Amino acid sequence: MPEARVLTRHLGKPGLTTIAGYEKVGGYQALRQALRMGPEAIQAEVKASGLRGRGGAGFPTATKWSFLPRGVFPRYLCVNADESEPGCFKDRYLMEEFPHQLLEGVMIAAFALQVSHAFIYIRGEYRAQRELLEKAVAAAYQAGFAGNRILDQDWSCELIVHGGAGAYICGEETALLDSLEGRRGQPRLKPPFPAIKGLYGQPTVVNNVETLSNLPFIISEGGAKYAEIGTESSPGSRLFCVSGHVERPGNYEIAMGTTTFRELLEMAGGVWRGRKLKAFQPGGGSMQILGPQHLDVALDFKAVADAGSALGAGALVIMDETTCLVNVAMRLVDFYEHESCGKCVPCREGTYFERELMHRLEAGLATRAELATLADICANMDGRCFCPLGDTATWFVMSAFKMFPEEFERHCGAGHCPVRAGLEAAA
Amino acid sequence: MTETSGRAPEASTGLSPATRDRIRRSKELYPSARSAVLPALWAVQDELGYLSPEGLAEVASELNLVASEVEAVSTFYSMYFQHQPGRHLIQVCRNVSCGLRGADLLLSHLESSLGVEDGQTTPDGVFTLEGTVECLGSCGGGPMIQVDRYSYENLDFERADQLLDEIRARGSKSGGVARNA
Ligand SMILES: Cc1cc2nc3c(=O)[nH]c(=O)nc-3n(C[C@H](O)[C@H](O)[C@H](O)COP(=O)(O)O)c2cc1C
Ligand code: SF4
Ligand code: FES
Repeated sequence: MPEARVLTRHLGKPGLTTIAGYEKVGGYQALRQALRMGPEAIQAEVKASGLRGRGGAGFPTATKWSFLPRGVFPRYLCVNADESEPGCFKDRYLMEEFPHQLLEGVMIAAFALQVSHAFIYIRGEYRAQRELLEKAVAAAYQAGFAGNRILDQDWSCELIVHGGAGAYICGEETALLDSLEGRRGQPRLKPPFPAIKGLYGQPTVVNNVETLSNLPFIISEGGAKYAEIGTESSPGSRLFCVSGHVERPGNYEIAMGTTTFRELLEMAGGVWRGRKLKAFQPGGGSMQILGPQHLDVALDFKAVADAGSALGAGALVIMDETTCLVNVAMRLVDFYEHESCGKCVPCREGTYFERELMHRLEAGLATRAELATLADICANMDGRCFCPLGDTATWFVMSAFKMFPEEFERHCGAGHCPVRAGLEAAA
Repeated sequence: MTETSGRAPEASTGLSPATRDRIRRSKELYPSARSAVLPALWAVQDELGYLSPEGLAEVASELNLVASEVEAVSTFYSMYFQHQPGRHLIQVCRNVSCGLRGADLLLSHLESSLGVEDGQTTPDGVFTLEGTVECLGSCGGGPMIQVDRYSYENLDFERADQLLDEIRARGSKSGGVARNA
C-alpha cells in the first residue's frame, strides 16, 4: 500500500479548522499527554520515530533538538512556513486543512524544547493562510493551549504568527532568523548553528510545518508505530505535491521508502492526455532532473540520491513528451536570479549570466561555444556559493543538459525553439 | 527618501490612529521591538497601498530606528511597494508547474483583456499586472493568479475574465482561499 495516513488521518472530518472539531477526533490529547510525559520522554519518542525534517535537507529531528545547549535560556522555536520551493504546496495544504494539528505539534515541540516563544514564519504570499492561522492561534490561546501557564502547568509559551514579505531565501533557516529580527533576510555564516546562536543570539530550533505536524501522531501512537510505516533510512510518511503534466495534481500522502515514483504518478492519475513521460523533478525546482528510467526508484532519501537527485522539499513535477527542457530550465534560472539575495558574488553574478545565456539559448540565439560557457558558469557557482540557493541554481540546468544534450544543442543557432517548432509542424 | 528621517510627518500624510495602534501592538508582541519591522511595514502598506516616505519615517520613530535603515529593510522584500500600484494587483505565476499548464498564454490573455503589458497599470488605476513573481504555492492548480494576495486556481480565459469583472464590481480587497475560481 503506497498510501499512508498520518498527516491526513482526519481528512474529511467536519470542522477541523476549529478546536471543537479537532477535539472530536482526539485533537489536543497528544499535547495533554506530552505535558504529562515531560520533555525528555517526548524527545525519546521523536527519536524512536526516526522522523527526518521535511523542509528539504531531511535532517533527523531528534538529533537537531539534541544540539540545544543544556541550561541556556531563553530558547526559541521557529516554524518554517515560508514554503516557496517551485512545485511545493504541501505546507499550505496542512495549514488550510489541519491548522490545529500543526499548532498542537508546535506546542508539543515548544514544550519538549522548553522555549518561551514559538514563531510561525509564513510567506507573505500566503495571506489567506495567515489569516486562517491567526484565527486558529487566537482560539488556541483561549483554550489555554498557548500563553500563560499552559493547561495549568508551570510552563508558559507565546505563539506568534509572523508574515514574511516576498523572498524565497527567507526559507533558508538563518535568513529566516534575520528576517524575523527585522532585517534584510540574508543567510548567516554557519557555524554557529541556530541551535547554539539563533534568534536574538539564543538557542533556536527551526523546523518545517510538515515535520511538526507529525508530532501529534508520534506522541499519541508512539514513535515505533510511526517508524513502522516507512523504511529504516526513510521512516514515516510524507506528503508529496504532484504537479505539472498529470491528470490529478495535488497532495498525496505516501509511505516513505517503499513507494516508487511510478506508484505516486499512478495515484495522481498518470501523465495527462495519455501522453508519454519525458522527465520529472523529484524534489522541487532545486533538485536534479530524472527520467522515465528512474520511475521504479523508491521515494527513499538514499535511493533517490543514488539516482543522482534528491527528494528535497517533496515536490514531484511531471513533464510530458511535449516539454522543452531548455524552456523549463530557463524558467527556473529566472526564478533563482530573481531570488538571489545578493550577498555573495558567485550567486549574484552567476545567476545573472546564467539567465542571460538561458534566454539566448531558449530563443535559439546562443552558439555552441556559449553552451560551454554555461557549463563553465555553473561549475564556478556550484559549491562556491555562500548558501545552497546559489548551488542549486545550477542543478536543474546542468542535469537537464547532461540528460538531454542534443535538445540543448539543437537550440544553438536555430533562431527559435526547435521543440516548439516541431510540435507546431506536427499539429 | 532618507531626507524625511527625523522630521515629524505632516498630519495629512501620516498614518491613521488604527494603523499606529497596530504598529504599537506588534512592537509589544516580540522579545525585541525590531522584530516588529515587517509587521509594521505591512500595517503601513495595508493602509496606504505602498510605503510612503512618511510611513517609513513613522515606523522608524516608533521602533527607535533610523528611517534609512527601515527603508533598506523594506527594499529587500518584493512585496513591499515603494510606489503606489493599481488598486488591485494581479500576479500571474509563470514558474515551472504553472508554465507547463499554460501560464504564458494566460498572461498574454490578461495583457490583451486589460490592455496593458506585464508590469503596467491600467489607465483607470484599477489593475496592475505582474508576471514576474515567485512560485505562489498553487502549483497543483495551475495556471493560477493571485489578486491582492488571494489565490485563484485552475483558470481558463473565460473564468479569468469573469474574475476580473467580479473584482472590478466588488471594489474591495477582500477575498478567500479559492481552489477553483
Ligand atoms: C534557499 C533555501 C530555501 C529554503 N526554503 C525552505 C522553506 O520554504 N521551508 C522549509 O521548511 N525549509 C526551507 N529550507 C530549509 C531550511 O533551511 C531548514 O533546513 C528547514 O526549515 C529545517 O526544518 P526541518 O529540519 O524540519 O526540515 C530552505 C533552505 C534553503 C537553502
Ligand atoms: S548563494 Fe545566493 S542566496 Fe545564498 S547568500 Fe549567496 S547570493 Fe544570497
Ligand atoms: S508553479 Fe505556479 S504556483 Fe507554483
